[in-house]
Amino acid sequence: MKGGDALMTESLNVTVDRREGLAVVYTEGYINNQGGEEIAKVAYKLIDEGYKVLLLNLGGTKIVNSIGISILIEIIEKMIEIEGKLGFCCLTHTIEKTFHIMGLAQYAPIFPDEPTAVAQLRS
Amino acid sequence: MTGDTVMKKIKLALPMVPNAEIEATKAATAIAESMRMSPDRIDEVASAVVEACINALEHSQSTEDVSVTFEVLGDQDPEKLRVTVRDNGVGFSPEEVEVRPQGDDPGGRGWGLKIIRGLMDEVEILSGPGGTTLVMSKMR
Repeated sequence: MKGGDALMTESLNVTVDRREGLAVVYTEGYINNQGGEEIAKVAYKLIDEGYKVLLLNLGGTKIVNSIGISILIEIIEKMIEIEGKLGFCCLTHTIEKTFHIMGLAQYAPIFPDEPTAVAQLRS
Repeated sequence: MTGDTVMKKIKLALPMVPNAEIEATKAATAIAESMRMSPDRIDEVASAVVEACINALEHSQSTEDVSVTFEVLGDQDPEKLRVTVRDNGVGFSPEEVEVRPQGDDPGGRGWGLKIIRGLMDEVEILSGPGGTTLVMSKMR
């Protein structure tokens, strides 16, 4: 169980699980401008490695800000450009609501859990 | 009927440094928890506080601290959390910023205001050359 403070730290930890034809990016911490840039760096590296299907599991993130989300939108635009797929899973109620407010949910599917996301993105 | 009595008042001064909004968010979370607000509503308040503080820290062009005041309102029990974020910056026109089309400057002030309005129950913005005061409230 992650404590509130652990989810509200200033730094963001990003880890990757490379799987057959799909990579899952896990975040832990605050997604602000630096956090968004960190995710983008990882995502673009995965794209360069040939991955065209990415899943961002935000289960370890409790707070995102609009600047961080704007960087996630840039990643979505890149995925659209290469005809790839990007999905999100394990969002808090508030992050999902915020994604809808910013229109991000129109361009990238949001899944409740990782197994559902992986199955849908691979189909 | 909501009581307007201020049961508790806490004021923070945020310095103009990166990620100062985190401290305000932690305070908002602790105060909302003390009111026994539901976890989802606490998260909504925390996110709205982040956006309000970022707007002040990133866009006010001021070097002075940002003032964040939390007030717990009610009569016998806490009923509402009111958060006031004030900067002494250049001010802006909320009407112009909020009608900005989506996709134009997605990291700009307009997005923050849209998010705040979407997450809080009441939002009021007073802005002019002397600075901006954003007052937002959430029922328990």
